[in-house]
Amino acid sequence: MANANRVFAALTDPPRRAVFERLRDGPRAVGEIARGLPVTRPAVSQHLKVLKEAGLVDDRSEGTRRIYQIDPKGLGAMRAWLDQFWDSALSAFAAEVERSAKEEKK
Amino acid sequence: MSTQIRPAPVRKSLFVNTSQDHAFEVFTTGMGRWWPKSHKLGEAELDRQIIEPKEGGRWYQRNLDSSTCEIGTVAAWEPPARVLLIWQLNAQWTFDPELQTEVEVRFTPEGSGTRVELEHRNLERLGETAEGFREAIDAPGGWGGLLELYAEEAAR
Repeated sequence: MANANRVFAALTDPPRRAVFERLRDGPRAVGEIARGLPVTRPAVSQHLKVLKEAGLVDDRSEGTRRIYQIDPKGLGAMRAWLDQFWDSALSAFAAEVERSAKEEKK
Repeated sequence: MSTQIRPAPVRKSLFVNTSQDHAFEVFTTGMGRWWPKSHKLGEAELDRQIIEPKEGGRWYQRNLDSSTCEIGTVAAWEPPARVLLIWQLNAQWTFDPELQTEVEVRFTPEGSGTRVELEHRNLERLGETAEGFREAIDAPGGWGGLLELYAEEAAR
């Protein structure tokens, strides 16, 4: 299942997991997350991007800063999962439409 | 953390090379012919998914042992243009009568075929039963144990 793989991949990379864990106590800006971590700020941003794509964190703007937070209910992951589900369901639907349309023409 | 996260609806659009009537028919009454078998409910052997063709109809899965599992209901039945389904499967891939998310599907003639647009919305409501997220581990075809890792982290 693609999304679970994505979530898994997002969390099994130790530096990225460290970034994720920095958000456990609450929302933080990129600079705050980077502080105390042995990685560069661009690397932190890159990790956050992957975490966001996996539906694990969410972000918002606050002035010039970007604040990241954990999605406490996993809604992002759930949404990503449903997104995948409908992709596969609808391609199966389209295949069935084609198949049955051909049958009708016979 | 007080921010309410409201996930955007899942939106899909696809073109099928068939009439509006046929596209509607395959999506609704023909659902059992295409719904991914990997996403059945419960343990029983799957027969097929059924949408009762009327407003207020049931949307459910029938099993070979003739037991059934509810999926949701039909909120609007407007063949061949539109169907509005109430999806009541939670994060554990089980029916929750309290949960109501909407799946709206529109069928519009386009050229020689039909444009099918699907929107699955009100996804924030999945969070209201989000206990499920932590327990979603064994759901068939669902989240898988990998998410447990995340659930633990988020809960700490």
